[in-house]
Amino acid sequence: MAAAQDGDRRAYETLLRQTLPYIRTVVRGLNATPDRVEEVVQEVLLTVHRVRHTYDPARPFRPWLAAIARRRAIDALRRRRRTETHEIFDEAAYETFADPEANRHQERPASAAGLSAAVADLPAQQREAVRLLKLRGLSLAEASAESGTSIAALKVNVHRAIKTLRKRLTGD
Amino acid sequence: MADAERLIEMLAAEARPVRRLRPPGLRAALWLGAAGAAIALAIALFSDLHLFMARVQNERLVWEMTGMLLTGILAVVTAFYLSLPDRSPLWALLPLPPLALWLATTGYSCYSHWFTDGWVPGSSWDCLKFIIGVSVPLAGSLLYLLHRAAPLAPVRVAAVGGLGVAAIAAFTLQFFHPFDVTFLDLGTQVAASALVVLATAGYERLALARGVR
Repeated sequence: MAAAQDGDRRAYETLLRQTLPYIRTVVRGLNATPDRVEEVVQEVLLTVHRVRHTYDPARPFRPWLAAIARRRAIDALRRRRRTETHEIFDEAAYETFADPEANRHQERPASAAGLSAAVADLPAQQREAVRLLKLRGLSLAEASAESGTSIAALKVNVHRAIKTLRKRLTGD
Repeated sequence: MADAERLIEMLAAEARPVRRLRPPGLRAALWLGAAGAAIALAIALFSDLHLFMARVQNERLVWEMTGMLLTGILAVVTAFYLSLPDRSPLWALLPLPPLALWLATTGYSCYSHWFTDGWVPGSSWDCLKFIIGVSVPLAGSLLYLLHRAAPLAPVRVAAVGGLGVAAIAAFTLQFFHPFDVTFLDLGTQVAASALVVLATAGYERLALARGVR
């Protein structure tokens, strides 16, 4: 890690690859649902990257890594509990009418020009999240690496952006 | 699995050299030194030290100020340690003994003033303004430095840092409050300090909710 802090990219890549199984073990131990494990593992990797300047080479590496992995896994667990308490995912709720053709009418206000203007009016962080995730189609991990924003923050920003856009374009 | 591998490649490709943080004890000492120098200068220029010296003959006040100062120093040191990923959360216990001393001596004073003076307004409003006024620049500079560690539990770190700042502000107030305090004054000092802790932690909570970090 000390070499990685000094900018040795090869050492950094080797270190991250070697620690991947350990991170997965820690995350699996704290995060009950297997479908979320990979998402949390990526959040851990991004956090390690963001806080790599806090590692003190005079101290052991594993407790530093384990603390980050545990913290991110617990954050994910809390986030999921909060979401499950307040929200229900119902894909059918987005459909206004059973016939897909009929929904086109509802979608018409989101014309290209109107949508661009509405996106341009969004607060900077929400606009950036929409640009990376929805317009450029990047994955959460890619968008996070490019923008330096955490996955959790990107999710919140894109969720708020869509809520704002829906309100503005449909008047709901 | 492939996503994590791809992410590692991306992170490694953009990994520039980083400047390691200095040891937390040293960073805390530097901040405390700078804050202490600014406060000492303000006390030398603007406070009435003769009146303060007369007031400090009271042993109870000496204990109270010792509690405030130690709470301030230890809470700031704790905040710097807690801001790092691999330091034990037990560090948060460090400022508790002097905090207990501060609250106990202030509580005792409140109790005695209630019987001697009763509900006398004193200069509570000025105490509140002073503590908040001193805390804002101190908290701002402290949070700026604590953020450099990108703490994993920022609200907890900010709350402990806020406690340190509030205690230092309450300590400084004693030099500018060279008259007998009332029940309300003492209560206000503790309430203003609690307000500073809540505001600092609340600011962090809000920053997180807005996705600033």
